[in-house]
Formats: sequence, C-alpha cells, structure tokens
Amino acid sequence: MTSDSLLRAFTLLLKRDLTLAIRHRAEILNPLLFFVLVTSLFPLGIGADPKLLQAVGPGVIWVAALLAALLSLEGIFRSDFEDGTLEQFLLSSHPVSVLVLAKVLAHWLITGLPLLVISPLLGVLLGLPGDAIIILLVTLALGTPVLSLIGAVGVALTVGLRKGGMILSLLVLPLYVPLLIFAASAVDTAAAGLHVTAHLSLISALLLLALSLSPLATAAALRISLS
Amino acid sequence: MTQSDTDSPCLEVHQLECIRDDRTLFSDLTFRLEPGKALVLEGRNGSGKTSLLRILCGIRLPDAGIVTWDDTDINKLGPDYHVHTAYVGHRDGIKLDLTPLENLAMARALGKPNDTTLEEALGKVDLYGFEDVLTRNLSAGQQRRLALARLLVTDTTLWILDEPFTSLDVHGIQVIEELLDQHTSRGGMLAVTSHHAVNLASTTIQRINLSELAA
Repeated sequence: MTSDSLLRAFTLLLKRDLTLAIRHRAEILNPLLFFVLVTSLFPLGIGADPKLLQAVGPGVIWVAALLAALLSLEGIFRSDFEDGTLEQFLLSSHPVSVLVLAKVLAHWLITGLPLLVISPLLGVLLGLPGDAIIILLVTLALGTPVLSLIGAVGVALTVGLRKGGMILSLLVLPLYVPLLIFAASAVDTAAAGLHVTAHLSLISALLLLALSLSPLATAAALRISLS
Repeated sequence: MTQSDTDSPCLEVHQLECIRDDRTLFSDLTFRLEPGKALVLEGRNGSGKTSLLRILCGIRLPDAGIVTWDDTDINKLGPDYHVHTAYVGHRDGIKLDLTPLENLAMARALGKPNDTTLEEALGKVDLYGFEDVLTRNLSAGQQRRLALARLLVTDTTLWILDEPFTSLDVHGIQVIEELLDQHTSRGGMLAVTSHHAVNLASTTIQRINLSELAA
C-alpha cells in the first residue's frame, strides 16, 4: 500500500471519529463536566484558604484530569468492537498501529483538548499564580496525549471482556502515576518560582516513549482481544 | 483484471484444527479453494463455521495446521493477505451513526479502492436514494445490504461471508446471489456459511459439512 492511501485512511478515520463524537455530544461533555465539577468542589470541601488551595491546586487539577481521561477511555474502542468495525480495521491492508494512532488522536481531540482549554479557568479558581498556570497548561498539553496513548493499550486488552472497566483502571492507573508525579510537581515548582525544565523534559520523554510504543502495543493487544 | 487474478493464487488449508472451550470443533481439515469457485460451509449451530471463517480471515489463529495464500502462511502475510480479502461477519461492521455513504467511504479507504463509485455500489444493493440517511434509520435488511456493499468498493479476490443472507427478503437474497455469481465469474473466490441454500447459477460450489467431519 502506498503512503498516500495510508494517509487517506488516517485522515478519514480521524474525521469519522470526530463526526461520531459530534453526533454524540454527551460523550465530549461528560469528561469535561466531571473535570470541572471535581475541581470546583475542592474549595468547598477543604475550605477557601488561598494558601491551602494554592498548595493542593496542581495535584487536584491533575488528578481530576487523570480520572476524567480514565472515564472516557472505553469510548476509544468499545463501540467499534460491538458493531464489528474494529474487526474491519484489523483486516485492512494498512498497518493497524497507524489506524490506532488516528483513533487515539481523535480521542485526545475529543476529551483531552477540552480539558486543556478549560484548565486556566480552574487554575484561577484555585488561586494559582500566573506562572504556574502557564506551566499547568504546558504539562497538560504534553501529558493528556500520554493519558490517551497509554489508556488505548489498556482498553485494547480489555475490550473483549464484558465487564472490563475495573480491570482497565487497575491496568492503566499505575502507568499514569509517573506522569502525575512529574506534572503536579512541575506546577508546584513553577508556583515556587523555580525552573521546571527538568520536569518538562521528563514529561516530554514520557510522551515520546508512549507515542512510539503505544500504537504497536495497542495493535498487538487488539489482535489478542479479537482472536 | 488485477495482478492477483492473472497469477491466480489459491487458498489452501492444511490439517486445520480448532479447539474452543476444550471442545475440538474440527481437526485434520484440508481443502483447497481455487479462483472462480465457491466454498459453502455447512453444519449445525456451534459446529465451528464462524470459527473457521475467522481463521480464514486471519482474525483467529488455528490451534493446529496452516492456512496458505499463494503458498505463504496468511499470518505471515498480514496486510499483504488482507488486501486480497473482504470479510462480512455476523456483525455488520458498519457504524449506525454514519450515513451509508460515509460508511462505504471508510470501508474503501481501508483497502485497495476499485473503479466502482460509492453511489454505484449502493445502487447495486438497492440502496440508492438512502445515501444520506443515518444508517440507524435503515431496516435490518437494508443494513445487511449496506454491509455487503462494502465488498463492492475495494478490489479484492476472496470474499469471506458469514451468513450473508440474514434478515434479507427473497428479493434481497436474489440481488446478493447475483453479485456473488458475478464475483466468481470474474475469477473471484467465495467462502460462505449460510442456513439458506446458496444458488449460484454459474459457479462450481464445494461443500464442506463440519458436523459430519466432527462425527
């Protein structure tokens, strides 16, 4: 197959998933609503002391983003598995890993990007300083794609199970932990006025690692799940 | 005619075995499918027809034995095998929230496109005029015909069909049988399971009964 037709399959699949998401708007809104609600409940729960909120803010926003991503993960492959279109991807004449990448990109555009857009507002709500909000945006921009990429492997492994949700969380959450630690501490460090280059390099490394390995692992996992 | 037709590769199955939940569905199954011919799998429910078709597609791995295309193991060929095959399984493989046209465009992009336009393909399965309706609003038979229209938009040799006539009415069955007949007369191959009698006027049909094999 030529790279031209592969590119066409990639863009068409991306467009297909975005079209489907627009026709099911609730799927876009659910994770976003969860993210906003959880974050905005914290000041009510632990009190409105600005110092305290500033201290827990980065962690709260990142944990909420992580859980929101986890909520939306099943959507990557579940409905395609149920109507048989996932089989068709495995039987296509293109490398499955490239098709997987298109689906993960669509998932990130649908669930990750909205979190990114709304997060500065939540940063202000929790009283984070301006510098920290910028770093928060950078960590989310680098980190949310990692959430989708790693999550895709987990979903691919569990999509054949009837109740895979619990196993999915157990599989994926430990892999999210390093990202959570580096991202939250990057924002903390920025709030303290220190340099965060090291943190950002580590998160970028995680992104590159996930970007290169996850599509291959996901494709292999899908083959196992469907056989 | 495509390259593959002139080379006329064939599908061969050697001593295939399939075990499911500790039950041997079939073993020592050997056959050969040549261009222009059709294979019809028969057998009771649960005799392994669908499993065999999924092995022929390369979705499922055989528990023993080998399936070859042009003398090479299909699981080594991967995409180089899939480019020659089209599979319509027991699930339609179409999205209910896309229109028939959008569904076919995706199906075409996943394989090697042929000269048939998407509208022509819809016309051939009597779905002309429904191209912009959401697939969800079509009847079960119409959805099945849309699934079968996927076969027409890519350039493939081997069609693997699991119960293609499910939910089709008498007229629908005739339409599809004509399409299958045309495919084999162009040198294509068919592997089909069906509870209906498969009437292909001008095609040599090989029959394998999996229930008898197991007995």
